Amino acid sequence: MILLSLFLTFLKIGAVSFGGGYGMISLIREEVLSHGWLAEDEFLNFIAVSESTPGPLAVNMATFIGSSQAGILGSAVATLGVILPSFLIILLIAAILQNLLKYAGVQAFLGGVRPCVVGLIFGTAITMALSSFLGLATVNSPLHADLWGIAIFLLLLLFGAVYKKVKKKSLSPIVIILISAGLGVVFYGI
Amino acid sequence: MKKQSKQPGGKIILSLFLTFLKIGAFTFGGGYAMIALLENELVAKKGWIDREEFLNVAAIAESTPGPMAINSATYVGYRLGGFFGALASTLAVSLPSFVIIYLISLFFDRFLSLTYVGYAFRGIQAGVIYLIFSAAVKMLKTVEKKPLSVLLFLLPALALTVLTLFAVDFSSVYYILICGAVGLMAQGVRAAAKKAKKEEQP
Repeated sequence: MILLSLFLTFLKIGAVSFGGGYGMISLIREEVLSHGWLAEDEFLNFIAVSESTPGPLAVNMATFIGSSQAGILGSAVATLGVILPSFLIILLIAAILQNLLKYAGVQAFLGGVRPCVVGLIFGTAITMALSSFLGLATVNSPLHADLWGIAIFLLLLLFGAVYKKVKKKSLSPIVIILISAGLGVVFYGI
Repeated sequence: MKKQSKQPGGKIILSLFLTFLKIGAFTFGGGYAMIALLENELVAKKGWIDREEFLNVAAIAESTPGPMAINSATYVGYRLGGFFGALASTLAVSLPSFVIIYLISLFFDRFLSLTYVGYAFRGIQAGVIYLIFSAAVKMLKTVEKKPLSVLLFLLPALALTVLTLFAVDFSSVYYILICGAVGLMAQGVRAAAKKAKKEEQP
């Protein structure tokens, strides 16, 4: 029942992904890895494609993962699943509970969730870096350093910092993806 | 906000559909990039909602789960065209993503098996990790500098890293629910303390 599994997984992701964009990255990663849908490197490829195409990251990821597991029906149910919670919650707010967000309790709940989401994105970035750059998916994995990957990461860090200092704004995701693609061809190709 | 007509005509629904189709097709970078485009389209060009209402919509879209594009499409669609307006807008904003990504997914494996594309994507994988780090750093600046907020940032980050390394299953859903509950309890404690103080000083 891959279709049901895709639908329910993305329903869950849609229902708790606060903070937009990368807010849902930790949950999607956990789900796709634990279901064995994607390996870490495939997951990173999918994020890159989702970032380089228009539309919300969550919808793009759902369509992509759904299609990789079960073709067009898979992408349809995954996309539907990730959209449905938003749709219902917003309908509820727009139609009945227009003051939902003004309740002190709701604000207090969100006040706890906001820093947590940032923490989860940080934790996910760290575990992805350990797994991708050092081969450390868990403490028991054999150490396997990807020196070129680390070099690309550090170069981006440097370039991003210099760019920000000079231009006073951040590099756009697409530019970062293009630069890292070029560096990948140069480093891994030689 | 304009008054919502009792029976929204097909015209407004079609107009919503086309507008959100355009928004879905041209927003790169998600979330905040989209807000500017939405404002231009809905407030400046169409005059469907005024600026104040738009800020309200943005706040709602940001505080509810799910992608901001979907949330604002559903909200604006409902206000202007009722349930079917919401449905048309939400479908329209997702449709371009769906079609584009589905088409890419058909060719992606073959594309990736080209030697140099493979090298490029190995580089891109490092780039994506950088992207996620910088997104986290950017969001970190919005976290309030209060002890509780800092704790609710640090503990999940640390716990997620350590538990993943030791292969312990603990879903992000739990972190979110626990932190939300802590936020609620902290507010309860603050309210109780305030009340106690009031009673002390008659």
